[in-house]
Amino acid sequence: MDKFFQPQAPRQSKAQKQAADSQLQPWVEKYRPKTIDDVTSQEHTVAVLQKSLLSTNLPHMLFYGPPGNGKTSTILALARQLFGPDNFRTRVLELNASDERGISIVREKIKDFARQTPRAQAVSSDGKTYPCPPYKIIILDEADSMTQDAQAALRRIMETYARITRFCLVCNYVTRIIEPLASRCSKFRFKPLDPGSTSSRLSHIATCEHVDASPDVISALINTSQGDLRRSITYLQSASRLSSSTVPPTPITARDIQEIAGVVPDVVINDFVATLGVEGTNDMDIDPSPGSGSKSNFDAIRKKVKEVVREGYSASQLLSQLHDLVILHPTITARQKARCALVFAEADKALCDGADEELWILEVALRIHKALS
Amino acid sequence: MSLWVDKYRPRTLDDLHYHHDLTARLKSLAASGDFPHMLFYGPSGAGKKTRIACTLRQLFGPGVEKLRIDQRVFLTPSKRKLDLNVVQSNFHIEITPRLVLHSRTYLPRSSCIYTVNSEVGMYDRVVIQEILKEIAQTQQVDLNAKQRFKVVIINDADTLSRDAQAALRRTMEKYMNNMRIILCANSTSKLIAPIKSRCLLVRVAAPSSEEMHNALEYVAKREKFDLPPEASQQIVEDSNGNLRKAILVLEALKMQSPDLSGPLSIAKPDWETYCHKVADMIIQEQSPQRVMDVRAKLYELLSHCIPATVILKTVAERVVDKVDESIKADIMHWAAIYEVRMRQGNKKIFHLEAWVVKVMSLYKHSFYGIDLDDFEE
Repeated sequence: MDKFFQPQAPRQSKAQKQAADSQLQPWVEKYRPKTIDDVTSQEHTVAVLQKSLLSTNLPHMLFYGPPGNGKTSTILALARQLFGPDNFRTRVLELNASDERGISIVREKIKDFARQTPRAQAVSSDGKTYPCPPYKIIILDEADSMTQDAQAALRRIMETYARITRFCLVCNYVTRIIEPLASRCSKFRFKPLDPGSTSSRLSHIATCEHVDASPDVISALINTSQGDLRRSITYLQSASRLSSSTVPPTPITARDIQEIAGVVPDVVINDFVATLGVEGTNDMDIDPSPGSGSKSNFDAIRKKVKEVVREGYSASQLLSQLHDLVILHPTITARQKARCALVFAEADKALCDGADEELWILEVALRIHKALS
Repeated sequence: MSLWVDKYRPRTLDDLHYHHDLTARLKSLAASGDFPHMLFYGPSGAGKKTRIACTLRQLFGPGVEKLRIDQRVFLTPSKRKLDLNVVQSNFHIEITPRLVLHSRTYLPRSSCIYTVNSEVGMYDRVVIQEILKEIAQTQQVDLNAKQRFKVVIINDADTLSRDAQAALRRTMEKYMNNMRIILCANSTSKLIAPIKSRCLLVRVAAPSSEEMHNALEYVAKREKFDLPPEASQQIVEDSNGNLRKAILVLEALKMQSPDLSGPLSIAKPDWETYCHKVADMIIQEQSPQRVMDVRAKLYELLSHCIPATVILKTVAERVVDKVDESIKADIMHWAAIYEVRMRQGNKKIFHLEAWVVKVMSLYKHSFYGIDLDDFEE
């Protein structure tokens, strides 16, 4: 592993124009794959790209898939392998959503960059030889947030400069890329990471950073981040910050991870659900008939909702956890589950539209209660 | 002479009255030199901003309290000029990209300077990009500074548009060397996942009743008067977890009756009593004429800049207290539905009225024992 990091370290600092203190660097950046072989569990894509590395010819590319599974890392690693540290900056243009990316930028900046004929620097400073093929790469990160007009303006540019420029579009939702653009690219779908490779990567980072991460913690990380490796690495870093900053350092627990991820504790959820008349799962000790006298139900639920809101948990997180609990519940009938699912769907839409959280938590609670009784 | 809320606002992390484990964490984070981006979230009046201010002080020392106000001019892509007031010290800068005046029952002292041109709301992305890039690209030159980075505080982060949030993503990673961002929001629901995953989430829950009692007693002690337990109890119940409100109420009560003995009447805000009146009107009579009366009242409330959501919630809370158990759930259901429509639509009054009519019809039907479900299908 060491041999990957050594040649990279001076480059990093050069790019950022100052000695990047490796301690301050987010682990996400620090442990980005340095070669495309390092990219985990995207065998198909990696195999195709390996070929292009040998033949030094590259199509336009469109990478899509859920966040945090290595799309940006792959193209950066590929570009690095193709051009090496010296030519990297003249040959690769990376634009993302935090740069201005309206139609004027596409017309001017991208066009200008695409127009210049590249000249390769013959010998690389670190003594290695790189293929350095005679074209440039323009990476458009988060391309699905580009406007339709800007995308339309790209079409002709892509064709005109195809001789000396390759485009790589990276996005989450391929449906938001206009068809003419998508058809000019070869598409690569990035699969969600499987838990096995995620956990091996996490343990690798934990060992490199001397963090004591038990299997419990790793599985909590994977569960809370739902296949998003970047998120789990960030959580791990935050947790290690918290644990190492206390004196004496306390070991990381699964509960810490949940708190960092903003997950509502199981105790709170179970308590909430019990008020709605859902029987506690497995060995819960809640009496199934508290307040089944219909008189106080509404007030009990409203009180509970107020309590939860006061605790400050986010409504969408609460809903998604409630959803998991209800849908996977062993004793609720399929019909009841279907009704509850409808409620969840409506509530999710409402929250996306910016509805009041307290009203909707109450609404969901009442309707689940009605569906179950 | 300042309000008690500001006078007794904790200045350092050690002064904070509750959430001690959180305080310990913040302290150790500030000391560790490896300070992450942070996102504070929790209900209003729980003490988010107080905690942010205390953390800043812990990071940079008392110098952070020397504030100045700058007027900045931004140029939108369409070449229009935007003015924005920013509050900053040598170490941090505080912006409120979208000012929502009505979200507070009371504006903290420093807030009176957030007079933002309402235009900024639409162009918050420009503001975010400009300010952050500028901060990010300049390094701390003061050699005596405790930290090498500057802090950007973004208030009401949940009201940022999607565009503005997307603009934050990469900047947060790229300029980690020079800058840390602290976001302050009421809820994380409206923040996009990439932002959440780049921050350390800090949940600031509302204080429990006991913690509020302690805080009130502390204020009373410092002001040198006795706070009877019953009064304290009443204030805590009234304020519903909002400590800011509780202390304000305490001060108001103290002005009214200096010894705080005997039966206290916590003055409700005018709009609240007005809303209650509306609720009572709905229950008393259900007729077209009454709808017109209610409509007039609702207009009155809206024209006094009471947010429609608050009106709807207050009236609904009051109505469900007075009606039969069987229709309570339905009333809240329709309140939730019309609340969403209100956000999507343009004319608030339409949806408020629709809800009123709906409630009247529900009430009348349940009164005459007609099951409405047959009509609903």
